[in-house]
Amino acid sequence: MVTIAEEWLNSCSGCEIAILNIGDVLVDLLPQLEFVHIPVLIDKKYYGQTGENTELDIPEAVVGIVSGGVRNSEHLEVLKKMRERCQILIALGTCATDGGIPALGNMYSLQEIKDFMYRESPTTVAGPDPDYKTYHIPEAFETVTALDEHVKVDIKLPGCPPHPDWITAAVLALLDGKTELNLPERSVCDTCPTIRKSKKSTGDLKRILESPEFDPEKPVDEMRCLLEQGFMCLGPVTRAGCSGMTGTAPRCIATRVPCRGCYGPIKDGALPLVDYVGALSTVGYDPRKMVDRRGFLCRFNGAHSVLRKIG
Amino acid sequence: MASPNSAKTIRVAPVTRIEGHAGFEIMLDDNGNVADARMAIMTLRGFEKFVVGRPVEEVRDIVNRICGICPWNHHLASCKAADGCLGITPPPTGRKLRELCQMLAFIPDKILHFYFLAAPDFVLGPDADYSVRNVVGVVGAAPDLAKQVVHMRYKVQMALEKFAGKVIHPIAAVPGGYSRPMLEEERKELLAVVKEALDFSVFSLNFAKENVFPKYLDVINTVGVFPSGYLGTVRPSDGALEFHDGELRMMDMDGNYEQFKYNEYQDYIAEHVEPWTYLKFPYMKKAGKIVLDETNPVGVYRVNCLARINVCDTMATPLAQKELEIFRSAFGRPAHQTLLYNYARLIELIQCCERAEELLNDPEITGREVRHQKIEPRAGEGVGCLEAPRGTLIHHYKTDDNGLVTMANLVVATGHNNAGMNLGVKQAAKALIKDGKYDQGVLNTIEMTIRAYDP
Repeated sequence: MVTIAEEWLNSCSGCEIAILNIGDVLVDLLPQLEFVHIPVLIDKKYYGQTGENTELDIPEAVVGIVSGGVRNSEHLEVLKKMRERCQILIALGTCATDGGIPALGNMYSLQEIKDFMYRESPTTVAGPDPDYKTYHIPEAFETVTALDEHVKVDIKLPGCPPHPDWITAAVLALLDGKTELNLPERSVCDTCPTIRKSKKSTGDLKRILESPEFDPEKPVDEMRCLLEQGFMCLGPVTRAGCSGMTGTAPRCIATRVPCRGCYGPIKDGALPLVDYVGALSTVGYDPRKMVDRRGFLCRFNGAHSVLRKIG
Repeated sequence: MASPNSAKTIRVAPVTRIEGHAGFEIMLDDNGNVADARMAIMTLRGFEKFVVGRPVEEVRDIVNRICGICPWNHHLASCKAADGCLGITPPPTGRKLRELCQMLAFIPDKILHFYFLAAPDFVLGPDADYSVRNVVGVVGAAPDLAKQVVHMRYKVQMALEKFAGKVIHPIAAVPGGYSRPMLEEERKELLAVVKEALDFSVFSLNFAKENVFPKYLDVINTVGVFPSGYLGTVRPSDGALEFHDGELRMMDMDGNYEQFKYNEYQDYIAEHVEPWTYLKFPYMKKAGKIVLDETNPVGVYRVNCLARINVCDTMATPLAQKELEIFRSAFGRPAHQTLLYNYARLIELIQCCERAEELLNDPEITGREVRHQKIEPRAGEGVGCLEAPRGTLIHHYKTDDNGLVTMANLVVATGHNNAGMNLGVKQAAKALIKDGKYDQGVLNTIEMTIRAYDP
């Protein structure tokens, strides 16, 4: 029996749905797991069940799972409490490991975000910014950060969302007494079955405003590599794993759309913004012609000061 | 958010068994009666701002992450808004594949909400101890049913995942249509799953009508009851409930309504800002203002399943229509009881299954022309709108000559329901807390008025 506490910070709940998508296997595992705190499923409150306490608390657990990055003071308070209460802390999903999509917000200042939201939007009757000093709401922070920028993280499970296979693998490893689990440091391309001819291409980079060439009746391993077809596919700089442990094709590619990097960089500290230049040049494209380069190459990893406001 | 005049503030956080981050506070006066109550949303993520500068065809992959429970709806609303910016209409097969995915995504979502999130209150009771009042408690109380529920939800999720590649944070729809055609064997496989889901939906509603709702009629008719307007989408030809593509209908609290096109939304909806929450309050623009008074609200409307059931003239499919008639004979139109959202959700579940079956039996669904082969970027404007599980979803974008986003305005379901959730909490707190007496069961019953929307 393992006790588990789960929390979500600057997140969307997709990681929690991924946990549920373990499906029938989860039902089999349930007798060995005890969830002592998980807001999406269980009514454990921070300030006591009748709000009688003034300090935020979370029950002790062997395993702590946290999805989402840190965008406000409550996220940080919850994260620190989780670290304090849990022996092993898992960062679940790319928001927790690398900032994820919400870290695209780091391209703008917090004030610009608030200005649009509370004054400039075409439907909004202008009003004041939320006032955390007067009311009991968290202070929004200037940037989105990843968990390991604040606390020690024991296991990182990236993915947006992580494939249920990896979550199951982590749970089984923990039940087995292990305290580590690392996803392989391989690229999406290493697991992609599309045909590569390694010939330099010419022409302009393509946006998904046009369709790649493929025969829908034929399996994906008979389709030409999307990067070689001229599409900005982020496979070369993205960590493999999106199709779980099934050995099937990366999920976007199987759907005939290019990879967008949702598993984050291939390893800690890798910078797709730099590495992709080489990948593009290899197939004959001019990286300078890429539209919205930062928005593509930092889409999922804008924490760790990778993305910042320019100008 | 304590108010200076309150003698005591009860603070409940986080709101649980919902998708999102909220807390509520109840302010008591010197006699221990409720002076005021508020629900606050804690996070500001800034999607509207940070999609600016992105290519419009990429936004569909970014806005998914607004919500991990209903990513398909943001994905599809974004594709529709991008279609508008680019000045294109998807071919019929592409449009139908999008709608099919939306229906297939609704099915597990509704099962999840009813059985995993809401049911513990009804099966274990609103005042059961928190340690058993959850899905694990439901498994203990009704193990066979729970196993069937988990399996059915999983089966539909995985069927959609298999066809569309990714079920959470989808990538399969694209501006101009859908990424790839459906093969005949895929159609057959999905049809079998949908038929099973339809049977399960009918079973679920019958189960709830016999075993759940009658027991709680008292609670339904006293907790979270207040008049409001409603907003939802209908089919223009006959006023039937529509999820994917129709016109918006805004109904006042007496049942009178106006109907308008998506791109007219700014004439009907304005948003109000309060300093005590990060979420804005959309309201009926024609009312001129919003007043959060649960006995006499002004400008307040709600969305989500009860709103849709209230604004539509009929359901769009036969079995769902039969159930709507039964519902209306019991509760009238419009029905204002917040907890009836749970009932309306199951009627909609039936329509989703029936509609998915219709689409899968449509010969056009396996057509080969699923998208425009090549679209030129251009300056434009588009309003993409549809009904998400939690209510009307509006994505409004503008683009520059290179097809990069210059403005994005999003009005999402949780926003539309912000006023409704606040009024529900206030009404329920006033009805249930007297002379300073309350316990965890009372606080949970108040919370049920938020949970009903699954915000």
